[in-house]
Amino acid sequence: MANTQAMCTSFMKQLMLGEHQLGTATLTSRTSLTAPTTDTLKAALYLATATVNAGTTAYSASNEVSGTGYSAGGETVTIATAPNSTNSSSTAGVAFFTPSASITYTTVTLATAFDAVLIYNSTQSNKAISVHTFGSQTVTAGTFTLTMPSNTTTTALIRLATT
Amino acid sequence: MDESLLEKREGSVDNDNEYTTWVEYWLEGELVHRSAHVQLKKAVGLKVEAASFG
Repeated sequence: MANTQAMCTSFMKQLMLGEHQLGTATLTSRTSLTAPTTDTLKAALYLATATVNAGTTAYSASNEVSGTGYSAGGETVTIATAPNSTNSSSTAGVAFFTPSASITYTTVTLATAFDAVLIYNSTQSNKAISVHTFGSQTVTAGTFTLTMPSNTTTTALIRLATT
Repeated sequence: MDESLLEKREGSVDNDNEYTTWVEYWLEGELVHRSAHVQLKKAVGLKVEAASFG
């Protein structure tokens, strides 16, 4: 069993279906016919013995961390910045998105080693977006902070690039 | 608590995927505090392609 960093495959299909609204709202759709709505993303931590990867389709409490101060489902992700895109040539470009703030789990005790975070859309039936792995950690009466990569065409947390 | 009794330990990991720092405080051989800060470096990417006719 191991966690694997990946974009969740089901998320790719859901992008084509317009099932996710990331960042600042621009679409008037789905839950409101009169005003844009932004989905709520959450970040759940998973034990090093879990198996979350490209095949993960939705958040599950199975093998999620547990401990003092940690709420099942994890923390809400701040997404104040809309996805961006840029062209690198007449035939190529990149769309990219990064949460706009660190994800912080404050005053928690997570005694069993964990090494992955699942980003998922809690507004849309907890559909999985991506899995990000890191070196195995524990926390004792402390804070666990995940700082996002820079929101650029090469490092943003989620990138869609033409081949 | 007499804070002078606390032993502080720190460490870091820096690789292509993350830059992580952690701090621990030990009291008489017992871990009483551990915090970690993971800075993710890598994106997860998706390649998209528009097929050609013909």
